[in-house]
Amino acid sequence: MAADELLDGIRKMAVRPIRLMEVCGTHTVSIFRAGLRQLLPQNVELVSGPGCPVCVTADSFMDDAIEYAHKDDVIVATFGDMLKIPGTKSSLGEAKAEGADVRIVYSSMDCLDIARENPDKKVVFLAVGFETTAPTAAATVLAAKAAGIINLYMLSAHKLVPPVMRALLDGGKARVDGFILPGHVCVVTGTNEYQFLTDEYHIPGVVAGFEPLQLMRAIYRLVRQISLGEARVENEYGDVVEPDGNPRARQILSEVYEPCEAEWRGIGKIPASGLRMREAYKDYDISYVMPVHTSLPPKKTACRCGEVLQGLVKPEECPLFGKACVPEHAVGPCMVSVEGVCAAWYKYGRNRFTFE
Amino acid sequence: MCLAVPAKIVGIKDQLADVEIGGVRRQASLMLLPEAKLGDYVLVHAGFAMQVVTEKDADETDALLAEMHGADRTVYTIDEAASKQPIR
Amino acid sequence: MTFDKITLAHGAGGSMSHELMDKIIDPVIGNPALEVFHDGARLSPGGDIAFTTDSYVVNPRFFPGGNIGKLSVCGTVNDLAMTGAEPIGLSLALIIEEGFPVAELQEILHTIKNAADEAGVSIVTGDTKVVGNGSADGLFINTAGVGRIIDGTDIAPSNIRPGMDIIISGTIGDHAATVMASRHGIDIPDSLKSDCAPLNGLASKMLKAVPEIACMRDPTRGGVAATLNELAQQSGVGMLLDEESLPVREETRGVSDILGFDVLELANEGKLLAFCPHERTEELLSVMHGHKYGREACVIGKTIDKAAGEVGLRTALGSIRVVGMPMGAIVPRIC
Repeated sequence: MAADELLDGIRKMAVRPIRLMEVCGTHTVSIFRAGLRQLLPQNVELVSGPGCPVCVTADSFMDDAIEYAHKDDVIVATFGDMLKIPGTKSSLGEAKAEGADVRIVYSSMDCLDIARENPDKKVVFLAVGFETTAPTAAATVLAAKAAGIINLYMLSAHKLVPPVMRALLDGGKARVDGFILPGHVCVVTGTNEYQFLTDEYHIPGVVAGFEPLQLMRAIYRLVRQISLGEARVENEYGDVVEPDGNPRARQILSEVYEPCEAEWRGIGKIPASGLRMREAYKDYDISYVMPVHTSLPPKKTACRCGEVLQGLVKPEECPLFGKACVPEHAVGPCMVSVEGVCAAWYKYGRNRFTFE
Repeated sequence: MCLAVPAKIVGIKDQLADVEIGGVRRQASLMLLPEAKLGDYVLVHAGFAMQVVTEKDADETDALLAEMHGADRTVYTIDEAASKQPIR
Repeated sequence: MTFDKITLAHGAGGSMSHELMDKIIDPVIGNPALEVFHDGARLSPGGDIAFTTDSYVVNPRFFPGGNIGKLSVCGTVNDLAMTGAEPIGLSLALIIEEGFPVAELQEILHTIKNAADEAGVSIVTGDTKVVGNGSADGLFINTAGVGRIIDGTDIAPSNIRPGMDIIISGTIGDHAATVMASRHGIDIPDSLKSDCAPLNGLASKMLKAVPEIACMRDPTRGGVAATLNELAQQSGVGMLLDEESLPVREETRGVSDILGFDVLELANEGKLLAFCPHERTEELLSVMHGHKYGREACVIGKTIDKAAGEVGLRTALGSIRVVGMPMGAIVPRIC
């Protein structure tokens, strides 16, 4: 079986400890669901980076979303992922329980119908996600404009992957020997954007798919480069990832959005790591059309999500993990999202059990 | 962060495609992938077709295994991709 | 029919209430037990009885393969069956929102009647309430059921021991996949529908043929993952599933892939899990395969003497991961 052969190769090459980081929450979940960690030799450690977009969304964004949801003339539409994310005091799920009109959608395009059916309401879509999802929000804005829909707005907290990777590396605390690059982000951005890893940091990166075997192949390629002292950006997801990605998607994205400084939960502000709507589309930007001013004082907990997101500590090293912080009563965002690092550790791993 | 699935385009009307996976269908927007054609497999994320899935032939799929047995590297790095020549 | 919408007057206890009963409900589900017009039913079970209740709220109310009415009968019948009992009488309580279309109510009542007939049980007592507009989402149903425990059966989580096979009666996740597909704009072919079905026939056949069955449970909300976690904790026994043995319809897999679900967490409404001593598995499977709700029955895992109280899954790659308790409601995710 191919997996055995790959594992055998990895075992032989990994003569010293190697630390690989995946910067995509879907990879985090795939790795857990496939049980990859247990298959890999002890020398190869997989750590999860800030790749869950809802996990890195700041409290203040959720506070704003909740504030909008409570307005009588607003319908908040969101991906299911956001429902349980805690703000400073509450969550959208709680707001919904209190009577706020919060709709779960599978696609931002579903908001067009909601807007058409509710002409007297403002429909606010929580536009979160990385480079994969941001063009879908941008396209939705263009579609709304073309259809003459004037009651659909974005509350945007889109984030970009390369700037946070740079911030991690520049911070100097996160020791990473190689990156498993986010396959579906690269579908849009292409691989070129990651060349800086090689050029500036001499760290290899391999674009990976999401099937267990695809991940294993990417890990093999990383371990091989590392063992040979090489640092290249390689593409193990050639079925859908091109060097220049999807130019049309990038064009639509930059038509509507421009880079801006963004706050990452637990990490802080990073220059040019987020997206805001351009001047020409400000009529679709709820924060411009109907600003809210929540600015609640930040809550203080012993939560170490920020360090977990940077791969500095494992979830188990947080004093709250599995005790005060469990999926049903999450303190930090990493425990609340399905693909949050802590939730995945809690649910699939923890290495507590021996089944054989 | 980005759940996406490959699905087959079984119908196109304007910028909307009907895509099929495992016999079930949903609409997906072609706004980000206007070049997609009927019969293409596309990667679908949050209701949008994001990229055409190009089925690599068997040789290429097994390239890594071949490499493990001593063949030349077949996955290109970025600068190599231009010339399509692996640098060893 | 002289009215087409339910009004508050239909719940007020006067002549309108009688009209609802006489013209709409009784013609469909009337039977000798109801004809007695007591405030309650008189049953003569003999032996040990099982008693259960459940309430039904589902959106959408109609879905391929069933509706809220069919669920309300099958759910309670199946709870009795999983206790090792044959159902002998059900109660039916309707909470109807003012303005509810009578035609829809009639269709649901017919489904209730058909499902009860298939399960071989009558509605022996009932109640109807009408609430104001906005106080209920159309229609809520509560059913309770009384059943007679099949002689010689002793099924309970505490009977589960290491070394047993874990058997599922058919494909998993079809009900939730069907309902979630209609909620999120996914068209499904006729081959995928809710598995909603009364399992008492299958269960009693199994128990009579193989009384050594340690425990049975229908994996409804939270799916196989939730049910096995509950049973693992209740029995203090470890369980290990085999990913490649899990029977999953291609269409259910498709819906799950699009919406980001784990099929192990999807609800079933016509499936049962059984724990059987390994040496009796072959016979049990052949009995199940002879019943229309057990044709695709198969072994999906085993109980083990390690990892007490936990559920694991051997993946296709050969590693083992924990199958956790599902977290919260199932919503489509893009992440």
